[in-house]
Amino acid sequence: MLSIKNLHANIESKEILKGINLEVKAGEVHAIMGPNGSGKSTLASVLAGRELFTVTEGKVTYQGKDLFELSPEERASEGIFLGFQYPIEIPGVSMVNFMKTAVNEQRKHRGLEPLSSSDFLKLMREKKELVELDSNLTNRSVNEGFSGGEKKRNEIFQMAMLEPKLAILDETDSGLDIDALRIVANGVNKLKSPYNASIVITHYQRLLDYIVPDFVHVLYDGKIIRSGGKELAFELEEKGYDWLKKGIVV
Amino acid sequence: MSSEIIHSEIKNKLLDLYQNNHEVLKNGSPDYINKIREKAIERFRELGLPDKKNENYKYTDLKKEFDNGYKTYLSPKNIKFDMKEIFSCDVPDLNTKVILLLNGWYYDRENLLTELPGGAIIGSFQKASEIYPELVKKHFAQYADIENEGSVALNTAFVKDGIFLFVPKGVIIEKPIQIINVLMDEEEGFTQHRNLYILEENSQASIVVCDHTLSASNFLTNSVAEFYVGQNAHLDYSRIQNEHNGSKQISHLFFHQERDSNVTANTISLHGGLIRNNISVHLDGEGCENNTYGLYLTDKGQHIDNHVFIDHAKPHCISNQLFKGVLDDFATGAFNGKILVRRDAQKTQAYQANNNILLTDDADIKTRPQLEIYADDVKCSHGATVGQLDENALFYMRARGINKKEAKLLLMYAFAHEIIQKIKVPALKDRITDLVEKRLRGELSRCNFCQMHCCNS
Ligand SMILES: Nc1ncnc2c1ncn2[C@@H]1O[C@H](COP(=O)(O)OP(=O)(O)OP(=O)(O)O)[C@@H](O)[C@H]1O
Ligand SMILES: [Mg+2]
Repeated sequence: MLSIKNLHANIESKEILKGINLEVKAGEVHAIMGPNGSGKSTLASVLAGRELFTVTEGKVTYQGKDLFELSPEERASEGIFLGFQYPIEIPGVSMVNFMKTAVNEQRKHRGLEPLSSSDFLKLMREKKELVELDSNLTNRSVNEGFSGGEKKRNEIFQMAMLEPKLAILDETDSGLDIDALRIVANGVNKLKSPYNASIVITHYQRLLDYIVPDFVHVLYDGKIIRSGGKELAFELEEKGYDWLKKGIVV
Repeated sequence: MSSEIIHSEIKNKLLDLYQNNHEVLKNGSPDYINKIREKAIERFRELGLPDKKNENYKYTDLKKEFDNGYKTYLSPKNIKFDMKEIFSCDVPDLNTKVILLLNGWYYDRENLLTELPGGAIIGSFQKASEIYPELVKKHFAQYADIENEGSVALNTAFVKDGIFLFVPKGVIIEKPIQIINVLMDEEEGFTQHRNLYILEENSQASIVVCDHTLSASNFLTNSVAEFYVGQNAHLDYSRIQNEHNGSKQISHLFFHQERDSNVTANTISLHGGLIRNNISVHLDGEGCENNTYGLYLTDKGQHIDNHVFIDHAKPHCISNQLFKGVLDDFATGAFNGKILVRRDAQKTQAYQANNNILLTDDADIKTRPQLEIYADDVKCSHGATVGQLDENALFYMRARGINKKEAKLLLMYAFAHEIIQKIKVPALKDRITDLVEKRLRGELSRCNFCQMHCCNS
């Protein structure tokens, strides 16, 4: 589904990603862990198409297409969803309008008719219940004045609305209470099918109790320095990152 | 040096125009008006028109704009048009009464004055000055600044027709009154309508004024409106400026507020080649509230200059100014907001904000707050921003599948929304929402048809 080969990316001529290789197949769940500043969010942003970062080397194919040929909105419509580590507040744009535009733009991309207002509201109601999102939140401007946890929950709500093929969740678990954590995990697990895949970026092994990953990768200084099964997460929880860093030959 | 000569020529041309048409101007106006007319032309002779050397006109050279050789309208021109045809649009048939000025003259020559429920009167200013001399005399030229503003003196010297509204004590006009200023001619035209709105104590009215051009020729408008808002009276004034880009307009609004009165004035500028709005508010009684809002959406070579002056003359008044603008292409603009708090005006609250979004590197806005505070117990604030669309918000929307153009529109619309939601009349709010959306999408062009009902419910 997604194939990343030797990906290098810069910001303001500072290299952040220094040769990432990763293969994600349909049906898989990958977890990415790693210390602060190692480049996890950068990787997620580059995959979603953030122009702030310049790709200097490497190739990414998504469903057989060159990812870098696609605009951010095309990537989204082709099924890539990025759950933001820091969701953006957009004062004056209502959640309803935002979501309706997003859903219908994606439908248009796929050659489908736009949803009628009533169908859209029905869909919204369903998904709100699914992720137990407070009804009042969708009557407000996008993320405006939402608490940290509410913002994260809103990301999952959006994911549920858009039903992506590849979900990249950047620390969606940070700042969540235990109930919310369960809901986030549920969201990911519901999405799980032989046709979909997820990349879950997290600092906590705790999340992986709910979302059982097929692979765990450690990102350090712009490179994946170790990959393993879910047991790697336990090891990290126990020992931290130092033992891995030491093994690096610079 | 040479430009001085040209400029004084413009002044002389206008003085000549006055001299040559002295009789026409005086005919049909009562003596008390003609007396003021004489004084005004003398003042104009001294003041002339401001150019960029004048601090208040630093970004808009008025002198230049008047030097155009356009024809003036010293009497009503008989242009017949089928109202139905012009107003046929997406809104069903015309059923509410719309007040029309054509090139500055009251259009309905058969019914120059109309009585509204409760004894309110709307109609032609010229007719009113003849029929209600005491009323007009009491207020006409009392609030407009003829002393310092050359273009106001000029308008006063040439005063003929315009809108007259009188709302007597305690009368509440429920339905918004819609006024349309239509400019239409084969030739280039120069109009100077003069308007007088009198709201007596405890009265209420809401007025919607739309400025439109219905033919492609160039126009210049130099209009003045005076508003007397009596004790505890409420006025809700909305203005939609939507002339084509070959037109230029200088608009002066003078609001005089008595004790406990409340005025909200909302100016929405959509199209127009050059727009200079002078809005002047005199809070002359305790407990007044004034809200002066504006939204300007400009592109191409448009130029917009909003100039607001709020005079806190008495204690315990509140004023709020909020102006927001989006400038695209190589559009230019200026905002100047002056707040004067006089020594006696204790417990004043005066707030001002001007926020701008520039969509290109060539678009430009100058924004300048001016606070002059002579009282010590006051709350004042001001803030101005000039920025671009929020890149993070754009990316967030695009990452959800919303294309870049649509994402930009959503953000611009959100930005404008803050002003639109201040509009109190729901039907008008919907209509303006629609107009603004169309404007931002670039679908609202100069249009002889659909957009006319800017405000009909
Ligand atoms: N906009 C930016 N401008 C400059 N440097 C940036 C920018 N964004 C990221 N960086 C730098 O890139 C590096 C990687 O940041 P990134 O956000 O990808 O880390 P991360 O692994 O997600 O960290 P965390 O666990 O704290 O979320 C950091 O050194 C960061 O300072
Ligand atoms: Mg991060």
